[in-house]
Amino acid sequence: MNTNGNTYTVIYSTVLVILVAAILAFVAMSLQDKQNENVKIETITKVLTAAAQSDENVSIDETTDVLGMYTDNIVDAFYVDGNGEVTGHMNMGKENVKDIQVPSTSDLKKQNDILKKISGSKDSTGQAELLKSLNLPVFVFDINGKEVTVIPCYGAGLWGPIWGYVALASDGRTIEGAIFDHKGETPGLGAKIAEAPFYTSFRGKAFGSGDVVFAVEKGKHEGEPECVDAISGATITSQALGKGINLWAKHYQPYLNKAAAEKAGTEADAEDTADMDAAADAETIK
Amino acid sequence: MKDINYKEVLLKPIFKGNPVTVLVLGICSSLAVTVQLKGAFVMALSVIVVTGLSSFVVSIMRNSIPNRIRIIVQLVVVALMVILVDQILKAYAYSISKTLSVYVGLIITNCIVMGRIEAYALGNRPIPSLLDGLANGAGYGLILIIVAFFRELLGSGTLFGVRIIPQSFYDAGYMDNGLVILPPMALILLGLIVWIQRSFQKDLQEK
Repeated sequence: MNTNGNTYTVIYSTVLVILVAAILAFVAMSLQDKQNENVKIETITKVLTAAAQSDENVSIDETTDVLGMYTDNIVDAFYVDGNGEVTGHMNMGKENVKDIQVPSTSDLKKQNDILKKISGSKDSTGQAELLKSLNLPVFVFDINGKEVTVIPCYGAGLWGPIWGYVALASDGRTIEGAIFDHKGETPGLGAKIAEAPFYTSFRGKAFGSGDVVFAVEKGKHEGEPECVDAISGATITSQALGKGINLWAKHYQPYLNKAAAEKAGTEADAEDTADMDAAADAETIK
Repeated sequence: MKDINYKEVLLKPIFKGNPVTVLVLGICSSLAVTVQLKGAFVMALSVIVVTGLSSFVVSIMRNSIPNRIRIIVQLVVVALMVILVDQILKAYAYSISKTLSVYVGLIITNCIVMGRIEAYALGNRPIPSLLDGLANGAGYGLILIIVAFFRELLGSGTLFGVRIIPQSFYDAGYMDNGLVILPPMALILLGLIVWIQRSFQKDLQEK
């Protein structure tokens, strides 16, 4: 047979490509659920790891039942807009761990695009609408009796996106823990944001209330709670991370302030009632 | 039909005709994925599977491939294998597939795969081609693992993620060599391996 004829070549290549496409489509479809599951478990692990850093006795490693631990410790998971109003809830998987909902990195990217638009826009009515259209995820955990709020952040690193989760104490400012990840930062340099010595340096820091809520800059930063030391040799990744946290944290402020005020309010109420009870007791005794 | 010396098909690519140190193919990825042994190990396995299977498949098709589009046909076969490996890693070895990131996909451009198909699989029967592919992948993997061994040990003080250099060394002032983590040092290590190999195999030395 003449294998060099035009007709033969065209038919051969068409059949080959269709065959290969069919094989790939079949494999991709049969493995897709498993792959999505892996990505979801990874996100859940990150969120949980950030929250768990608030308690030194809790540790998460490869053998931990992450899904079980997540459902046991989560109190609430929801979305807020730029004004601090709750816009929706995530499934926490209390009935079935398979139903746990967490935002994917593409969800974070979408929110990040809106956030960037907000800080770039001068038009105040447009800005207000954009603020309302936000759907920022919030996770509230109860880690051994301590309330911890986990919020994500997202930014553009040197080679691709970087993102992470920051765990806050009930005052909405003090950082209890943090964890970061990246798509493809330089190993040994920018990739260090995902390693323990760096992310553990966030513990004990706090969001500032001024224009710069948080920053990653070179230096020791003792006495400057809203700043952590950058990674040498990874200036762009460090700055991008600082910018990302700052941008996201800024738009969580309305919610965090409100939640902290409510919390302080209920505690004060509780004290008031206690006082009144005590007073009433005193009355009766009299 | 010519007789094939299976022993030579299997052993030559590992030592005497090693694709990395003798043919100097596949250098790029041996610099990129040798920071940690675990990653290098999985990368080596992936390349072995890809070179073996694509040589095998191309060899089966070798009499039907139109000569004018033979490189494209080979590429399609290699790409198919690489994507299969990538998908399977993503589903069953997610954390490793993350550390290898783009390099799994880049096996397509690994010169060893195409080189062996052109040089061997197009002219030989499927079984010897499969063995030739597997052996060349293994030769590549061997170098990868040797380089990764030194890079992980000297660069991070660990092997397969397990700490080897004791904490007391660090307390006494020992420091991990940050340069070993970077690609230039991998090239130097590779050069050392080539040097050692040629000092044993004098026939490889150029006059």
